[in-house]
Amino acid sequence: MTPSSFVGADSLVEGILQGNRRALSRGISHVEADTPTGRELLAQLYPRTGHAQVVGITGSAGAGKSTLVGAIAREQRKRGRTVGIVAVDPSSPFSHGAILGDRIRMQDLTADGGVFLRSMASRGNLGGLSESATGVADLLDAAGFDVVLIETVGAGQDEVEVANAAGTTVLVANPGGGDDVQSMKAGLMEVAQIMVVNKADLAGADTAVTQLRGLLAIADLGAWKPPILKAVARTAEGVPELIDAIDKHQAFIKSSEYAEEERRHHAERQLVAIARAILHREALSAARQSGALADLVSVVADRSRDPRSAAEELLAAVRREWAGR
Amino acid sequence: MVTTTEAPIRVLIAKPGLDGHDRGAKVVARALRDAGMEVIYTGIRQTPQMIAEAALQEDVQVVGLSILSGAHLELFPRVVEELKSRGIDDVLLFAGGIIPNDDIPAINAIGFKGVFGPGTDTNDIIEFVRGNAPART
Repeated sequence: MTPSSFVGADSLVEGILQGNRRALSRGISHVEADTPTGRELLAQLYPRTGHAQVVGITGSAGAGKSTLVGAIAREQRKRGRTVGIVAVDPSSPFSHGAILGDRIRMQDLTADGGVFLRSMASRGNLGGLSESATGVADLLDAAGFDVVLIETVGAGQDEVEVANAAGTTVLVANPGGGDDVQSMKAGLMEVAQIMVVNKADLAGADTAVTQLRGLLAIADLGAWKPPILKAVARTAEGVPELIDAIDKHQAFIKSSEYAEEERRHHAERQLVAIARAILHREALSAARQSGALADLVSVVADRSRDPRSAAEELLAAVRREWAGR
Repeated sequence: MVTTTEAPIRVLIAKPGLDGHDRGAKVVARALRDAGMEVIYTGIRQTPQMIAEAALQEDVQVVGLSILSGAHLELFPRVVEELKSRGIDDVLLFAGGIIPNDDIPAINAIGFKGVFGPGTDTNDIIEFVRGNAPART
């Protein structure tokens, strides 16, 4: 088989549905780069999704997310489930390059035919991360993986949106991370359905659990009460319990009274997030093309114009650009 | 439709075999990152199967192997074989580390377009990758 046998959306769709890993890999590149082929792939394959348990794993840098994702994947394999992984790392804002090192923590999984791991750089500047990462997760779902894990650094809006796209989101915290926990109040708490204090063999694990419990006590929660677990990802301690909790939440979101409403909420969040990403990209491109962006940047930079009114004028220019095409 | 900016070149940097010294591999990974590429670094002690499988899953255009143990004539052909058995015959291959000059023709012959020894200017590697990486749709 040569790579040229996977040119075009139809042959890629066929290959992906047949479980061909090269077709899947090439298809992911198309979705990631948002090519016409990538869009066609998603259009054709989305109706085939919905089988996988989609789990977002997020938390601050160094929290042990990659190690935990590896441990979850190994435990899921023991339970006979296949696992697709999307590991997102930030791109450099300067060079736009990235070093993607998640495979280092999951080397043993590379040899396992029941696991597919794809590293993704955030390619951050156009706000499309959630669009592409969830698209990649959709491809893994359509390819038939039982579990899809999306790993992101929980550091900004994009990452929160990625977490939002998952059915179940796991927040990874650490002992002694009091400041982390404080910052998590800002938004991540609301999107996590399960919290894990990783590196729980270090001093302060119980304190971290208590802090999280305190934050949850004052949060406005729905019918699901997020459990707070302890784990040592390095030794897989606590990982079976984590997977049990994920399964429990998955059963909860499929339960009758909750399912319909949450499916709609989930679909709405996803739709809005992707529409926002596209809008952002197209508006920015129109703003550049019209020349208004460069002009307004100059007047704001020399303080002859305030950024708020300049932004209004920029949007007016975008609307004119759109009306004229 | 808005044209998206061209996707960055994706490169796999891997260390086959048993030597555990990866400073060179990391220096190259960093240089390529700073040149705007997306570099997947696998860590040390990779088997040829693991390297080929990672190249497949990551859909890279370029695979760079770093080796210091002297086993390059054993391991490199096996990496190429594993890549081919997965249908991957369009990646740019290059190598670095301790590779005697006498061995370079044999390595070129199995498809490695570049071999970079100690003291190489990373700019030369960047230029080589940019100039030779196969285009992606």
